[in-house]
Amino acid sequence: MNDIALKAEGLYKVFGRNANDAVRKLREGASRDELDGATAAVIDASFDVKKGEIFVVMGLSGSGKSTLIRMLNGLHPQTAGTVTIGDDSITGVTPTKLRDIRRHKISMVFQHFALLPHRTVIDNVAYGLEIQGMSKAERLERALKVTTIVGLSGWEEKYPSELSGGMQQRVGLARALAADTEVLLMDEAFSALDPLIRREMQDQLLELQAELGKTIVFITHDLNEAMYLGDRIAVMRDGRIVQIGSPEDVLTNPANDYVEQFVQDVDRAKVLTAESVMRKPRAVVHENSGPHAALTAMRENEISALYVTKRDRTIVGWVRDRDVMALVRKGEKSLASAIQTDHGAVSKDTSLADLFIPSLEAALALAVTDDKDRLVGVVPRVTLLAALGGEPEAAASAEPVVEPLPTEVVDKVLDAATTKGAQS
Amino acid sequence: MNIDINLGDTTVHLWPWPIEIPVGDWIKAFFDWLEASFGAFFEVLRDILKGMFDGLDWLFTTPAAGVIILLVGVGALLARGWTFALGTVLGLVFIISVGQWDNAMDTVALVIVAALLAVLIAIPLGIWAARNDTVSAVVKPIMDFLQTLPAFVYLVPALALFRVGVAPGIIATMLFAIAPGVRLTELGIRGVDKEVVEAGEAFGATPGRILRQIQIPLAMPSIMAGINQIIMLSLSMVVIAGLVGAGGLGGDVSAAIQRLDVGLGFEAGLSVVVLAIILDRFTAAFGKGMGLWSRIAKARKTKREEAEQARIDALELDTEATPRTPEPVA
Repeated sequence: MNDIALKAEGLYKVFGRNANDAVRKLREGASRDELDGATAAVIDASFDVKKGEIFVVMGLSGSGKSTLIRMLNGLHPQTAGTVTIGDDSITGVTPTKLRDIRRHKISMVFQHFALLPHRTVIDNVAYGLEIQGMSKAERLERALKVTTIVGLSGWEEKYPSELSGGMQQRVGLARALAADTEVLLMDEAFSALDPLIRREMQDQLLELQAELGKTIVFITHDLNEAMYLGDRIAVMRDGRIVQIGSPEDVLTNPANDYVEQFVQDVDRAKVLTAESVMRKPRAVVHENSGPHAALTAMRENEISALYVTKRDRTIVGWVRDRDVMALVRKGEKSLASAIQTDHGAVSKDTSLADLFIPSLEAALALAVTDDKDRLVGVVPRVTLLAALGGEPEAAASAEPVVEPLPTEVVDKVLDAATTKGAQS
Repeated sequence: MNIDINLGDTTVHLWPWPIEIPVGDWIKAFFDWLEASFGAFFEVLRDILKGMFDGLDWLFTTPAAGVIILLVGVGALLARGWTFALGTVLGLVFIISVGQWDNAMDTVALVIVAALLAVLIAIPLGIWAARNDTVSAVVKPIMDFLQTLPAFVYLVPALALFRVGVAPGIIATMLFAIAPGVRLTELGIRGVDKEVVEAGEAFGATPGRILRQIQIPLAMPSIMAGINQIIMLSLSMVVIAGLVGAGGLGGDVSAAIQRLDVGLGFEAGLSVVVLAIILDRFTAAFGKGMGLWSRIAKARKTKREEAEQARIDALELDTEATPRTPEPVA
């Protein structure tokens, strides 16, 4: 058992005459324009798709992504290269074997739904099962379950033409899910839907995915969609895959100018998470250390407030320099009374778009915590703004949020306290 | 004027054009050979065609004309509705009134046999052509040929092979009418949404299954239009076939031409028009959801669907906690 659900190696698809000759030339380094008479749609595509992953192939029209996805289930036979689904190669097998793999291993959702217009919703959903040879009662039962999962109960006996676009694609999705294959190919599945419905379908897909854990290869020309859905993204251009990486990778480390240009328009606020822009907190105090230590830390870092954590870095709250100074003046040994617990920390998976309001409300750089509530970083407001501008590094010289107390004043208090402590 | 080219010893005449192609002789030789080699086969074919025609003709002419009119009227009512039924009955009564009833029934029998054969050949051929580019490339010029060759020209070899009678009429009619059936079937199958066919393939359906469950059902409107065209062309050719003794309305038309009998010509001709309109409207109504029949069928389907939906809902209530409320159709 390995965790690779689908593997493509050195895939080429060349249309036209002398296809094999063209592949040889391409392998020798010829460009796509140097092939006479042949058109290379996919050039040397290699990638692995892990089990349970949403792998997005993104590219503009003509980039070869539709051809590529059709090679993954053999709708377009490859000119060169191999495709393996689980343990079965689909390249170089007999038509019968290929049909068998398509029935049980890999299913597909189409851009324009591709429903059978003369069949009812339930019969469309059961289509794959019918081809698998399942008995009528059994397949209807299964189709019924899937129809309910995608939210189409009550529409089973309607015809596709009686449904809205979004609902038709739900039927398409249900048909693919009903076949119960490990791998699901989705060819621009939501591109034909209007934006509101598209967002709804994306959310539903993610919801279903969390539940069912299928392996999904998703084709799209919409970068925002790719970023939203993809665990990993392959960017295609002119038949070649130019970069494969996580959405944040693609966004923050574009492989070349093309990708960089492409990601320029992406809504960074929705793709980047707190984790990707956060920096190390300048200073943190433990709840057991005294006011003196806290004030010293603030003075050294020239900041006006800092977060208080437990020994294991679990966040407790925050303290302000004025309050701490008062404690120091009073000679208090415990920080406890100055700690404010409304730290407003956010989880590290929060997208930037959801950081703005908390960031406004927080008195100091927004705290970021992991799933065990441990403080892992902070996001100063300037960093947030810089990240949106596409250059998180610009925030390196960020000014603190609130002007700290003048150093001399603090020093005086500290000195006084030290003297007082020495006297008593 | 003569144009010659002098090439040293020999002189080549360019004008008058010296080359003559004996196409007529070749084709005649071919048909002679066909007759000599397969005479027995054509004899059998002739008997089969004659038998089919006689059987149908007997069916149409044995009952009283009133019975036939009544049946056709009811059929018209089911297929399209009241107005068409009324028009059909009036048209048939007109045919009786001009004394062309028997001829009209002969013609209808002839059309049905020829059109049936044409459909039986055209649809499989069209499907084959749609699935195979080579076949398509071969079939296309043949269809062009059959469609543009003057109709009378079919009659001559048909006459030679099948002798005077119904059989040459049927064969000539069939050949003349077959082309649109093949073309529209091919067009229909090729025009089926590529993605839907891909969906069939992607789920592992065999080519035969894709043909049966996706391509033919989705190409049906086009195929039906092809069948309609076959019937209409058959009707027009069947009149010409009267010249080779196929009888029917065509027989009277050709008799009228020979005798310069304007009255008889129009009586038979108008009867052809009436038949044409009735046949066209009948075949055009197939699968269009018109008339009483489709209303009954629709009501039954809705009822069945409702029952099915109720059964499914009941199942869901058993298994699922709460069925989701369906969203409205946008």
